[in-house]
This record gives sequence, structure tokens and C-alpha cells, in this order.
Amino acid sequence: MHIDQAEQARNVAEQLHHFHGGLRLHHNKKISCETPVASTPLPEHFFVPLLQQYGKEAEATVVVGQKILKGDEIGCFAHLGSGCVHAPSSGVVKAVVRRPISHPSGTDGWCIVIEPDGLDQWKELESLTDWPDADPALLRQKIRNSGIVGLGGAVFPTAFKTDEAIKRGIHTLILNGSECEPYISCDEMLMREQPDSIILGARILQQAVGATRTVIVIEEQMGAANHALKQAVKSTGDNDIEIVRVTAIYPEGGEKQLIQVLTGLEVPAGGRPSNLGLLCQNVATASAVAQAVVEGKPLIDRIITITGNGITRPRNLVARIGTPIADLVERCGGYTKDAARLVLGGPMMGYALNSDDNPVIKAANCILALTQLDIQPPQAEMPCIRCGECARVCPAVLLPQQLDWLIRNEQWIDAEDCGLFDCIECGCCDFVCPSHIPLVEWFRFGKSELRSLAVERNQAKTAKHRHEARDARLLRIKQERRQRMKEKKRAFKDDAEKQKKLTEAISRARARQGRNE
Amino acid sequence: MIRNFDTGAAPHFPAQSTVAGVMQQVLYALLPGIIAYTWFFGPAILIQILLAVIFALLFETLMLKARKQPLKQFLGDWSAVVTAVLFALCLPPLAPWWVALVGMLFAIVVAKHLYGGLGQNMFNPAMVGYGVVLISFPQVMALWMPPTSIASHSLAIGDVFSTVFTGKLPLGLTWDMVSEATPLDAIRSSVSSGHMVSEARQSPVFGDFGGLGWEWIANLYALGGFWLLWRRIISWHVPVMMIGSVVALGLIAYLIDPGSNPVPLQHVFSGALVLGAFFIATDPVSGCTSTRGRLIFGVGVGIITLSIRRWGGYPDGVAFAVLLMNMAAPLIDRYTRPRIFGH
Amino acid sequence: MLAAILSITFLGGLFGLGLGWAARRFQVESDPVIDQIDAILPQTQCGQCNYPGCRPYAEAIANGEADINQCPPGGETGIKALADLLGIESMPLNPENGEEQAKAVAVIDELACIGCVLCVHACPVDAILGASKQMHTVIESECTGCDLCLPACPVDCIDMVVRYPDAGDWRWSKPQPAVSGAALMGDEILPASHH
Repeated sequence: MHIDQAEQARNVAEQLHHFHGGLRLHHNKKISCETPVASTPLPEHFFVPLLQQYGKEAEATVVVGQKILKGDEIGCFAHLGSGCVHAPSSGVVKAVVRRPISHPSGTDGWCIVIEPDGLDQWKELESLTDWPDADPALLRQKIRNSGIVGLGGAVFPTAFKTDEAIKRGIHTLILNGSECEPYISCDEMLMREQPDSIILGARILQQAVGATRTVIVIEEQMGAANHALKQAVKSTGDNDIEIVRVTAIYPEGGEKQLIQVLTGLEVPAGGRPSNLGLLCQNVATASAVAQAVVEGKPLIDRIITITGNGITRPRNLVARIGTPIADLVERCGGYTKDAARLVLGGPMMGYALNSDDNPVIKAANCILALTQLDIQPPQAEMPCIRCGECARVCPAVLLPQQLDWLIRNEQWIDAEDCGLFDCIECGCCDFVCPSHIPLVEWFRFGKSELRSLAVERNQAKTAKHRHEARDARLLRIKQERRQRMKEKKRAFKDDAEKQKKLTEAISRARARQGRNE
Repeated sequence: MIRNFDTGAAPHFPAQSTVAGVMQQVLYALLPGIIAYTWFFGPAILIQILLAVIFALLFETLMLKARKQPLKQFLGDWSAVVTAVLFALCLPPLAPWWVALVGMLFAIVVAKHLYGGLGQNMFNPAMVGYGVVLISFPQVMALWMPPTSIASHSLAIGDVFSTVFTGKLPLGLTWDMVSEATPLDAIRSSVSSGHMVSEARQSPVFGDFGGLGWEWIANLYALGGFWLLWRRIISWHVPVMMIGSVVALGLIAYLIDPGSNPVPLQHVFSGALVLGAFFIATDPVSGCTSTRGRLIFGVGVGIITLSIRRWGGYPDGVAFAVLLMNMAAPLIDRYTRPRIFGH
Repeated sequence: MLAAILSITFLGGLFGLGLGWAARRFQVESDPVIDQIDAILPQTQCGQCNYPGCRPYAEAIANGEADINQCPPGGETGIKALADLLGIESMPLNPENGEEQAKAVAVIDELACIGCVLCVHACPVDAILGASKQMHTVIESECTGCDLCLPACPVDCIDMVVRYPDAGDWRWSKPQPAVSGAALMGDEILPASHH
């Protein structure tokens, strides 16, 4: 990184910049912002998936029949030493089974089924009220053990990010409150209703990673959130926390785009914001950090937006991880009669669920029920007419139609050269394509195909290596055996000659004896 | 109670623009120009448009059937109609009916479907059709009418029909009486016979900048083009660079030798330059897709057009310029890929 | 006349020299063809091609002794890649060599294993761990699924188990091409894809 670039990265939000492409979308957020965030009653059963963060499933740490308290660890990532899954309420572990886990594949995964006892009794909480005096390493440890992941939807373990931040050294913490996808309003509601918790989280994170400054980014139209956050900052008397309002252009809430807007710099390909001395966290993550450190509560619930034309009374709910989605929809008055698709996440990047039997997971920021009218395309897929709209709106400055062509024709190496892995799957290209080509779907397919090709190639390499090693060993053993045989033979031959000489000597002696007699 | 849902890939809101919508808007944008054309030169052009559209749809249907493609979806995309209208607008209005037939045969069958249909054609189909008939039937393609306001013999609509369908003028008229050199032809023949451009401009076919009538048609094409720009159907790069390069080079030529070169605006307002800049060179399928590529493409078309007009064997060069640049487009695109974010 | 002949001859000679020089100067070093073939083969080392491993098969293909369609684990993809590399027509897999199957790994029923080490010797990639009179086990990540340990086992305690992807290593499926347009791009111009 150049010196001037490092310098420029320090000037976060001194001047706002633009990123390439993007879309101005209808927000559609209002419908879910009219009523305050409400809680959800305890469900009959919790189904807590063990896959809660980017990567592999956690291992269950409880057994069937075990009584547990709210906040007890029920799953851990032994191989990572980071991140846990915690009990959303007190009760009994009824089963550990494979069930739907709100995964894009629709496949089942391991879930811990908990029957709540209705007492909702917390485990003994270890709060850290004197956190300003605490060792930053202790704060990071606390974040790690509280199962906190990025709540913006990527569910990247927060502890990984903070550890990396410490290694690389960062100066500015960016709290991302610019929820750019239409319909989703959980972060906005959180900022309106719990601004203190966010500011507290910001200060804790700042201390945990040694940042000197925090910038909270919200969208221009979030007036109420702006007001609430300003009040909260004022009441703490801090002057190192700043609130910045940016124009709502999708996908500006994406980490890389947001950093470009704030600094004018691009996070290098394959790199992270920490390359620029920045750490980016979602506002909800900051709030979860505050709860984990100050109150000792692990991450067991989150605010989630239940919205869309397929929901009777759209609103935001505090939902515990593991609550069936059907319960949340019920709480919002159920589906309207023309609900046709259930989406986890926003309309641009979320994925469709095959049933509302799926549970709430840490990644779930929104449950969107859409009607047939919403999802009906006005035309069937047509061939690409190379109009270039996709390239115009692509925030990663790719040529989507070119990539699409390469993937369809399995030109994998070229596809990689043309930046397939730089695609952030924001869906802008799809949204403007007059030919209605499912570009992102092809890109996702292309990415996983390339990844599995790499895995296969690696496996083949290992197998070849091991086979060659084995061949070499067998050859060596054979040669050694042959060597031994040779030596033995020689030894035998030597023996034979000795024997011969002996017999000759004996016979000579005998002959002599015979003559003498 | 568990409820199941059908799934589908993100984004869950489908795009609202359609290929048919894009094509229709291009047609709307051509309307003012067509109306002006009819106003200045009579209704003959409408017959050419009608003929071309009929033949285009006929060939499109046959080819879609032959290629086992869904008829409704592809006939409904209006792309063949756009090709036909653009082709017809390049024809002399009194051209016989079989010119449109041959032109559309090459445009739709050869240039479009033999290359793989919509989106796969390397060359602009309308220009391929036009190029073929221009080369094959040079005499027919040179029979242009003067604007009706200065014409000595104007043809009634019935006469136009019979001329187009029989290839013969009404009794008592000869081609010499009804046809007139286009402004570009006039300049060309005048300069090649040693006269000055200013002398050629004495002819009544000239208007303020370009040809009489032609300049208004060009204005209205440009109006349609601006509307397409505003609707984001086309981007500014190709038209601006194409017209800009013609003006710039035309100006240089004019400054060097004002005797044999017309003022640059003459170039812009005559021939198919404005139509080409907004409607033909902007064809996305056969053009460049990257921004820088489009800039280069526009400049290329402009330079080649001007070169053909100045030194080539044809009075106008837009069609050949577009076809030549179509050939170069993949290469230009290959070398003008934008820098990917973070690289 | 003479001048024309001479000048053309001279030019021909000049260009010939130029081309010859360029061919040497800009020569692209490439792997020997055997290595390239070997790189395409799946390295299962299963011997279903009737050669004692992937490398010998690669040598046989390079020498023109074997067809490119004798490798069931490589499947259609592999045959296509080999055809591309060698510039010959692709062909269907030879059924005499077996058929393409989902990738599986060997699993030893540890209760039934008698600890005979026969499978350990049979494994071409040393993926089986065990010693005489000790229980054996398969290192899953190293197993290529070649089936060679199956006939070696005297008590039939080895099974081939197909691994189904879980959420962790699941892959996005290929989008369903629309009836018309998409089919046009992928399927009409290029040969049908293999998925």
C-alpha cells in the first residue's frame, strides 16, 4: 500500500465519493417501520441449527435429555477455537436431528431441538461492567465466546475480524447502518430504539481493536435514526464517534462499496478492509458486542424484519435464534392469501426458502414474503443483446454478459481472469437485464464449479504425489530385497567354496592316509 | 402449520425492461424522422417500410421455424421490425419491391439467423441488407427523388404504388424527370469534375447546411436519438464520438482545402450520418459494449464514413463504416476491458 | 522477367528466414504431452484402464497404444479434455473399462476387520492405515475411491460409500436454461455440455 493511500484511508468520510454503477431502488421500508419492535413469545420448540457462521457446522456439546439454561453453550467450533452456539431459552434438549436449517441449498443440517420450560432462566452471567479498564485481549475473548458473528448477513465471525484487525493494526472503526437492500429495516429500527447500545458497542469494539475513531454510516433518509444516534453520542460526551449520512444507492451497504464511498479507495482484490487500516462492522453486531461484554449475554436473539406484500402486518420482531419462521409470520398476522415466495434476506440478495419450517438463524435479517405479482417476470429469458446495461450498473466493474458467456461455455480459466471471484452477487445486473438472463445464478454456479474444480485438482495432485511416493517406496523395497538376496547368494557361494575346499582337503588327507597305510 | 413455497434465484424482483420494450422504444424514436421524411419526400417511404417489415417478419418466421425456436417469443421481440425499418429508411423511396425482398433475405436470413439469431449476429443486419442491395443494384439504388417542394413532377400515391411494384414509371414520365442527385452525389460529381463545392451548392437540392428536407429529417432523427439517450436505451458515447469525429476531421479538411471539401455541418446533415449515429452504430449486438470500446467504435465509424465520402466509390459510407467497425468490435472489446474493482 | 523471379525469390528467402528466426525466438516451451495427459487424468490409480496406474495410461495414450475413453473415474469430462488436448474427436466411455460413478470412499467395518494388512498393500495411494493383527482404517481425505482394496479383503469388510454433500460443501446447481435463448448460446454453437 502506498503511503498516500494509507493517508487517504485515514480521512474516512471527510469527503464522500462514488462507486461504479449501482441502482436507486424503491426502499419499501416504511411498511415495516410503523410499529415498534416487538418480542416474540416462546415457541413450542426451538430448532437451533449448528451451522451459524461462515464455514462449517459447529459440534453439539449437549446430549439429548440434558437440562440447559438460557445462554448455555450448546455447540462449539472446536477446530476453530472461536464462535459458539448458545441456548435461546432454558429447557430440555429433546433431540439432535437433521432438519431444515435455513440454508440456500434447502438441505438439512444438524439442529438442536430444545423444549423451553417457560422459565426463561439465564445461566450465571459474567458481566464486565468495568470494560473501560479491561485488557483489549479480554474483550476480544469475550466477543469470541459469545458467538458473535456479522449480523449484516455474511455471518463472518466477529472474533476473526477483530483478531485480524489487531494483527494488521487499524485506525478507524466503521459501523455499517446503511441497510441498502429494499424492505429490510431491522438495523434502522435498532438504531432508532437502542442507539445507546450501539454507541456502547462501538466504544468497546474501538477499545478491543485499538481504533482511534468510529464512523457510523447511515442512509440519507434515516432521519429518526440519525437523531437517536446523535442524542446517544451526545450523552456519552465522546467526540471520536461520528455519524455520516450517505445517499442510498444499492449496494452501498456492501463493505467494499461503503469503504469506497467513505475513502475513495478500493479494497484490494482478495484483501480485506484491514489492508486499509479499517474495520467494518454492522450496527447490530456492535449492539450484540455491547450486550456480550457489559451484560455477559451471548448472542441468542436478533431483530428481524418480517415484511413484504405477502405478510398481513409487516413489522420488526426480536426473534430468538431457532424460532420457526412460521411463528414469526403468525405474530405478524400471517400470510396474505397471495403470498407466493418466502425469502430469507432482501429481495436482491436473499435466498428463497422452501418452507416456513426453517428456523431463525444469526444471518436472518429479514423474512420477505412476496406475491406472485412481485416475482412474475414480464418476459421469458431471451438471448443477450449485449446492451451493456449490466456492465454499467456493476459495482465491481465487471462485464457480466461476458462472464455469463464464458461460464455457459465452461471457459473456466477465462472466467476467473475476467473477475468471476470479484463478483459480489448483488444482483444489479440481473435487475436491469432486458433479456432476463439469470446472471447471478450463473455466476454462483460458475464460482462453485471453479471451487470444486480446484478441490478436485488438489485431490488429484495429492493422490498422484502419494502414488508416486508409494511406487518409489515399493521400488526401494524391491531393490533392497534384491540386494540382500545377492549378498546372501554371495555368502552362500563363499560357503560353498569353503565347503569345497574343505572336502578337498579332507579327501586329500584321506588319500594321504590311505597311501600311508 | 408448515407451509411450503416454490423457490427461485435472487434477485426476487425481476427486471422490468424487456427486449421487446427496447426495440419498441427505438421504433418510437424513429417516428419523428419518418414523419418528416414523408412530409418532405411524399409517402413512398412508407411503402418501403411496409414492404421491408412484411418481408422481415416473413423471413423471421421461416427461420425461427427452421431453427425450432418459439415463434411467439421471438416474433414478439420486435427486433426484425427494427431491422426492417432501419433498412427501409436507407432505400431510395421509389426502389422496386424486390429490393426490400433481397435486402431482408440477407439481413434476416444470412446476417441474423445463420449467425445464431437474436444477439448472435456479428454484423448489423440492416446494414448487411443495405450493403448487399447497394452493391448488387447500383442503378436502382441511385434513383433518389428531390423533395416534393422542388420536384418538377410529383407522383400521386397510386403512381408510387405502381412504380414500386412494376418498376415502371407512369406513362409519360422518365427516370430523368423524377429523380435528382442527392446532395452528397451532387458534391461528389461536382468535385470530381473539377468544380468547387460552393458551385455544387447552387443546386436547389441543398438547404441551409445539408440537403433540403434532409437536414430536417436529420434534426428529427436526432430528436428521437436524444429521447433514446434520455431513456437510457443508448449511451452517448457512439453518437457523440461519431458525429464529433466527422465534424473534427471535416473541419480540418475544410480548412486545408475549402474548395473541394464541404463545411463540416454539410457532412452531418446529409446522408445517413445522424440516423447512423443514433440508430445504427448504437446497435448493441454488433457494436462494442465497454465504455472505452464505444468511444473507439464511434470514432472509427466517423473516420471511415468520412473517408468513403471523400475518397471511396460511394457517395455515403455510413453503412460500410458500421460494417467494418462491427468486424473490429470484438477485438476492441477485448482490449478495452475496464479495470476490475480492487485490481 | 528475371528481375521479377529474382526479387520474389529474394523476398521468399527473406521471409523464410524471418519466420524461421521467429519460430526459434518465440518458441513456447510446453510440457511434454505425457505430463499434460497425466494432469488431466484423475489420479485415482484404479487400473480400470488396464494399465497399472494413471501415468502408464498417460504414456500409452501418448504413444498411441490406448484410446482416450478408458478412464471411468475421469468420465465424460476427462475424455472431452483429453480430446481437446490431443485435437481428436471425443468418444463415449468404453463400457469394457467400467462406467462413471459418483465419487465414493472406502469405509472399513472395523468390527469385522481381522487385521490382515492385505488391503493396506492393495491401496495405490497409501490411504489405509493399519498393522498386522491391528484394526485398519481408511484416511478418508486421501482415498481416491479406486475399489482396489475391495477384492483384497478376505472377509469383505470394506464398503464403498458415496459421499453426499452437506450444507458445507454444497454447490450451486446449473441454472435451467430457458427453452430458447440460453440454449442458443451454450448448446447450439458448442457441443452439449456434460452436466
